[in-house]
Amino acid sequence: MNAALSLVDLRKSFGPVQIIRGVSLDIAEGERHAIIGPNGAGKSTLFNLVSGRIRPSSGEARLHGRPITGLSPFEINRRGLSRSFQITNVFPKMSVEENLRCAALWSLGYRYAFWTSIDRLSDVCERAELLMERVGLTARRHVPAGVLSYAEQRALEIGVTIGGSADVVLLDEPTAGMNNSETEQAVALIRKVTEGKTLVMVEHDMGVVFSLADRISVLVYGQIIASDTPERIRENPAVREAYLGEAAA
Amino acid sequence: MLQLIAFSTLNGVLYGMLLFMMASGLTLIFSMMGVLNFAHASFYMLGAYFGFEISRRVGFWPGLVLAPLMVGAIGALVERYGLRRLHRRGHVSELLFTFGLAFVVEELVQMVWGKLPVDYRVPPQLDFVAFRLFDTTYPAYRVFMLVIAVGMFAALLALLTRTRVGLIIQAALTHPDMVAMLGHDVPKIFMLVFGAGTALAGLAGVIAGPALVTQPDMASLLGPILFVVIVVGGLGSLTGAFVASLLIGLVQTFAVAMNFSFAEVLGPVAPPFLGDLWKVTIAELAPVVPYILLVLVLIFRPTGLMGRRES
Amino acid sequence: MTARLSALAPWLAFAAILAAAPRVFPSATALTMMSVMGVMIIFALSYNMLLGQTGLLSFGHAVYYGLGGFVAIHAMNAVIHNKLGVSIPIIPLVGGLAGLAFGVLFGLVSTRRAGIVFSMISLGIGELVSSSSFILRTFFGGEEGITTNRSKLAPFFGHKFGPQLEVYYLIAVWCFFCVLAMYALTQTPFGRMCNAVRENPERVEFVGYSPRMVRLIAFCFSAFFAGIAGGLAAISFEIMNAQQLGAQQSSLVLLMAYIGGVGSFAGPIVGAVIITLLQIMLSDVTNAWQLYFGLMFIGVVMFAPEGVVGWTMLHLRALRGGAAWRLAPAYAAVGPALAASGAGAIMIIELTNRQLAEARSEGSAMRLFGFDLDASTLPPWIVAIALFALGTALVLRLWPRVGDAWVAVNTRLNFRGEG
Repeated sequence: MNAALSLVDLRKSFGPVQIIRGVSLDIAEGERHAIIGPNGAGKSTLFNLVSGRIRPSSGEARLHGRPITGLSPFEINRRGLSRSFQITNVFPKMSVEENLRCAALWSLGYRYAFWTSIDRLSDVCERAELLMERVGLTARRHVPAGVLSYAEQRALEIGVTIGGSADVVLLDEPTAGMNNSETEQAVALIRKVTEGKTLVMVEHDMGVVFSLADRISVLVYGQIIASDTPERIRENPAVREAYLGEAAA
Repeated sequence: MLQLIAFSTLNGVLYGMLLFMMASGLTLIFSMMGVLNFAHASFYMLGAYFGFEISRRVGFWPGLVLAPLMVGAIGALVERYGLRRLHRRGHVSELLFTFGLAFVVEELVQMVWGKLPVDYRVPPQLDFVAFRLFDTTYPAYRVFMLVIAVGMFAALLALLTRTRVGLIIQAALTHPDMVAMLGHDVPKIFMLVFGAGTALAGLAGVIAGPALVTQPDMASLLGPILFVVIVVGGLGSLTGAFVASLLIGLVQTFAVAMNFSFAEVLGPVAPPFLGDLWKVTIAELAPVVPYILLVLVLIFRPTGLMGRRES
Repeated sequence: MTARLSALAPWLAFAAILAAAPRVFPSATALTMMSVMGVMIIFALSYNMLLGQTGLLSFGHAVYYGLGGFVAIHAMNAVIHNKLGVSIPIIPLVGGLAGLAFGVLFGLVSTRRAGIVFSMISLGIGELVSSSSFILRTFFGGEEGITTNRSKLAPFFGHKFGPQLEVYYLIAVWCFFCVLAMYALTQTPFGRMCNAVRENPERVEFVGYSPRMVRLIAFCFSAFFAGIAGGLAAISFEIMNAQQLGAQQSSLVLLMAYIGGVGSFAGPIVGAVIITLLQIMLSDVTNAWQLYFGLMFIGVVMFAPEGVVGWTMLHLRALRGGAAWRLAPAYAAVGPALAASGAGAIMIIELTNRQLAEARSEGSAMRLFGFDLDASTLPPWIVAIALFALGTALVLRLWPRVGDAWVAVNTRLNFRGEG
């Protein structure tokens, strides 16, 4: 089966404490998949495992069928997986434009080029323009990233994440800390920029999850207790008990 | 041969313990405050010079107590009025500050005491032969140094593991914010730890001064070796610092003691490009040995012997 | 068209200054000093490729400068000895290539870690090379070092580079092109990724780049240009000794870059000029000049971390925004107090120096600020301590005014949208 991202019995322990206790998951090409679960379930750890930030204790992860377990983050990124961070993780002293140009460089094949000025690379500049437009930051192009407002920074974070040619995108709580209108804008943005790509996101906001996701997996205590379409997850008694409680209407 | 090994081991352990006296303070300061005190060896030097002055005017034994206290006080002031302002600007600023401080202290010491070594003597009460092994004597002063170093080590261990203060320090080592929220005055703890760390370095200087030469480049000679110790041992690890101190102490002492060259061992015909290297004796190589060890460790075990994975 | 011209203008001005300088300052001392400045500009800029651009603080950068110089000087001697047809202008490239070679060698080990560990490794490697210089006597020449005679190489269009003026112009040309090259590097994709690594090495990985590789390449470039500086030094001084790759030289380049300002490209250039000037002028006036350097460095770290250029840019920004006049009263109040405090400190240092270090050899009479004093009597000390104490107390009291003035300036500037 041609899964974009495939996790096989992934486990991670920190010392004697087991955080991820055997997660197996297949995410199809083009699918929009949400991972939800109570705090401390291990969602960020799972992302860190998949994106190469930390190494699994055992188990495997495969991207388009090729194993990526134990590779360093940049190797995984070069194979087509990109991620955003819960706490905005961009280049604070560089401008919006510079941030996006850096994000586009590798995938456009420029490597460590030191013989040409970046201003002359029209494809890089165009890609950055396009990204700026998509995330709505064209008016703020010269502003240093560290000075942007919170919502603008989150938008830039998404921009940097999709700046390359990655077709599997991991978004870690993209709407954290946003109010209702900002969340709506973010959801629209995410829907637009992940068209044709595979999206995996961790989210707490159920509204976002139910409006974006094709499938939902529920992570509790390092294990997936259910993985299904949104409607069936809503009705799943184990999920209700563990997580949604009576609030799920 | 056995005599060589015995004495080299003794001296090597002594040198290692001396290094550890300084490396432990440096590691504590680094682990707690994130500051790598580039001027740590300068406090060692100040301890030696203060010890010299006090022993000249009053006596060695008062110097043994007073000099480290004076050095510790200076350290506390440096933290309070210098480093504390730079905490929020990040570790590079703090490192650069201590770097500048090391520079300034060396110049001041040169200005006040001159460029030549000073005559810091072993006190008469300790100026005798401790024992005779095979054909060679071992001075009592060195035994004294060893006793002080081991005593300090034991005291530090006891303090950290068995007292309340020690527990707080251990906690603040990894979770300073949490400790602050529990009501402890973290800035004050920082000042105390910095003062204590530098006082330890001062103590090492007071006792090492009479045995090694007391001169203005003491700090710049020992400083780099100290940093090699903590990188090799693993930044932030006290056990690592201990192991690395002993390792480097022993290796360097043995290297100096073993006075033969490649030429003597492998024959006088050198491969053409090695030239000088062939004729050099191990003893001459001794100063370079810690740095070679550093490069080797970095190649095979980049986080140090006992370092944690994340730096 | 005007955009093009305004981009070229600073370079034209730079070239003009380099070309005209010997006419304005034709004396021999000036020529030597300007030659040193040229070399140090290249050296300091190469250092800032690591510190300012990529966030790598090195305590052992003189290794590449020194080794470049040593290889260059041996190359010169080889050319002379074997009567090869090589002339002087190409020699700095030999130094550069040597720097590059060692940069690759040591860089592979050094760049595995970043941050504080990198700094300690650079220190260790610096000491390694420095200590080795006493062992490898043929290459490093032991205590006396290695000498050469630059006018014995093949002439270059009739020039044998005997006179210092010709050497100055050689240095000026190399300096111009090195500065140009290093500036151009900052505008490349590689240069941008260096900045990215400085700011957020983790994010760099997640956009597909290996921070380690970026650091390694930056390290190699940096060593290359440092080697060129070393080669030029070998030509200019006609001697290389182990001191030039030691801790003192490494500290000096750090001082130059930092005091000039690591946050801008021109900072290290300004720093190199200022420090060279001070080094030569101060050492004539007082024996404690190294102490002053150290104190100056601490002062910059604590109170002006943006360096001279950064500080100037802040004030220029205020000036352009029309808000600078708000600073005037605060500066006018604090200025005299600072001057008094500074004068007092200098007096104390000089008096102490005279009394302790030189009283035996030169007596305690001295000349300070144009006054004849006797350092063994009490009055000068009282004046010195009083000046310092009062000056410092006043500064502490009045400094908040400066802070407030800047708040007013910044509010004004942000309000006008200059932020």
